[in-house]
Amino acid sequence: MIKSKRFLLLGLVFFIVGFGWLAGANAASQRLVLTGSSTVAPLVGEIARQFESIHPGVRIDVQTGGSARGINDTRNGIANIGMVSRALKANENDLHAYTIALDGISVIFHANNPVATLSKQQIADIYTGKITNWKSVGGPDARITVVNKAEGRSTLELFLHYFQLRNSQIKPHIIIGDNPQGIKTVTGNPHAIGYVSIGAAEFEAERGAPIRLLALDGIAASVANVQRGTFPLSRPLNLITTQVPQGLAQRFITFARSQQAHALVAAQYFVPAGAD
Amino acid sequence: MPWSQRNILFRPVLTDTLIRWILRAGAVASALVMLLILAFLLIESWPVLYQISPARFINDASWHPLEGAYNLMPMLSGTLLASVGALLLAVPLGIASALFLVFYAPASLALPYQRLIELLAGIPSVVFGFWGLTTLVPLINQLHPPGASLLAAILVLTLMILPTITLTAYSALKAVPDEFLHGAAALGLSRWGMIYGVVFPAARAGIVAGIVLAAGRAIGETMAVLMVAGNVVQHPQGLFDPMRTLAANIALEMAYAMGDHRAVLFVSGLLLMLLVMLLSAMAGRMGKNQYA
Repeated sequence: MIKSKRFLLLGLVFFIVGFGWLAGANAASQRLVLTGSSTVAPLVGEIARQFESIHPGVRIDVQTGGSARGINDTRNGIANIGMVSRALKANENDLHAYTIALDGISVIFHANNPVATLSKQQIADIYTGKITNWKSVGGPDARITVVNKAEGRSTLELFLHYFQLRNSQIKPHIIIGDNPQGIKTVTGNPHAIGYVSIGAAEFEAERGAPIRLLALDGIAASVANVQRGTFPLSRPLNLITTQVPQGLAQRFITFARSQQAHALVAAQYFVPAGAD
Repeated sequence: MPWSQRNILFRPVLTDTLIRWILRAGAVASALVMLLILAFLLIESWPVLYQISPARFINDASWHPLEGAYNLMPMLSGTLLASVGALLLAVPLGIASALFLVFYAPASLALPYQRLIELLAGIPSVVFGFWGLTTLVPLINQLHPPGASLLAAILVLTLMILPTITLTAYSALKAVPDEFLHGAAALGLSRWGMIYGVVFPAARAGIVAGIVLAAGRAIGETMAVLMVAGNVVQHPQGLFDPMRTLAANIALEMAYAMGDHRAVLFVSGLLLMLLVMLLSAMAGRMGKNQYA
């Protein structure tokens, strides 16, 4: 009995020492806090991880809470940098905004669908269930399958904002999570209409997926047009600061806008902001 | 004689003492993990449980957490319908396959068939989901749009739980003592008479355990169902209506949920946990009442 107790004690000591060592290794000297939009946060999280690996000893804390929180925290000095998923408003010109990426979404349907264009009103009517057959908009006599995004996704938020809808008004037939699932759903259903991030849609369409990207207001849905700022269903993703950034904050913002971060931006289906 | 009691026949030697402590530690750890999960779910869902009355999870107009509507009932009914539907299909099929394997199949066929079922058990659920999304859903769509539906979820779940039921029923049937079979044969029972009258009662506990295991898997399955069920939050009116399960709800919305939205998702996790606890309690009852 005594021997086994000693054995247990030994194990316990190993555990405590081990955990203590792990905790000690994580102590960092420099710290940067970012708060704000949940759209920007996953991207910034990835960029931060790469930044940390290049600059050992730097610890970057990314917290979500919405664009409004990002602005408040930055103004109050709680956060070093705020994340905002829209252009700054006129009454926010006390802040400095640095666009790290652009977010654009495209309405997609199956390549065999003969419908060429849809107006903004028609799309809204389809999503709210006022139009239920493709015949009403010049297509074949078939029921429209409305594909919507799950609550909380930034694509849904941008879509609702652009069409001035609330999510409870939408009458969906299929609800999807991520972009690839949305594209798979539309390619498998010739009568479906959906919307996904423009980067993902263009990538899959180029690789031969039978989907078509719908032009809006006569402007083709493409990464290039989002980059130019002409495509209406898009928005900038900004990092904001109260003063011209210096030191660590400045290094991080520069890194987030650099060529190095563009791969991370594209991996999240966002469009890299024009390099400058 | 219960072996855990102290016993005059065997004096505990060092190995026994050591093993006892290791096993005790293991038992405490697994019990603790279970309790910690429950505590974690309660803590994470506390912000909404504290603020709003539980009746709102039943009476709210819909599930739109960002607009403050938190009705979880459509997802509860979706979870139950999909699981029950899959069980209705998989239980007869699974037991029939096991019977075939043990009592009817020639030896040359039995082994390859068993290997096939074992292979089916090893396929990851996301593969089933992917197959469902690219093959099954378009097929059902031709029959009745939109394709992503309760039916698709039931079929994919059936495929997933079928091997569990078959393999557990197979081992339960195999475990029936040969003496029972010899006795039945000596009484002149037909093969089916023997199976129905002797083998089933003797193997019942094992078969039921397999069904409960399968039911647990069906209730908790996430990715495959998420990909084929359509995920619209509504009480499905028919087999072709899309619906959402509790597990899919968490997977679908957790990544981008914040504040109350996040907490409500933990409530749906809590509900899922209660459902599974209820199931295992029921299984315990069934195990007790059965003839041994």
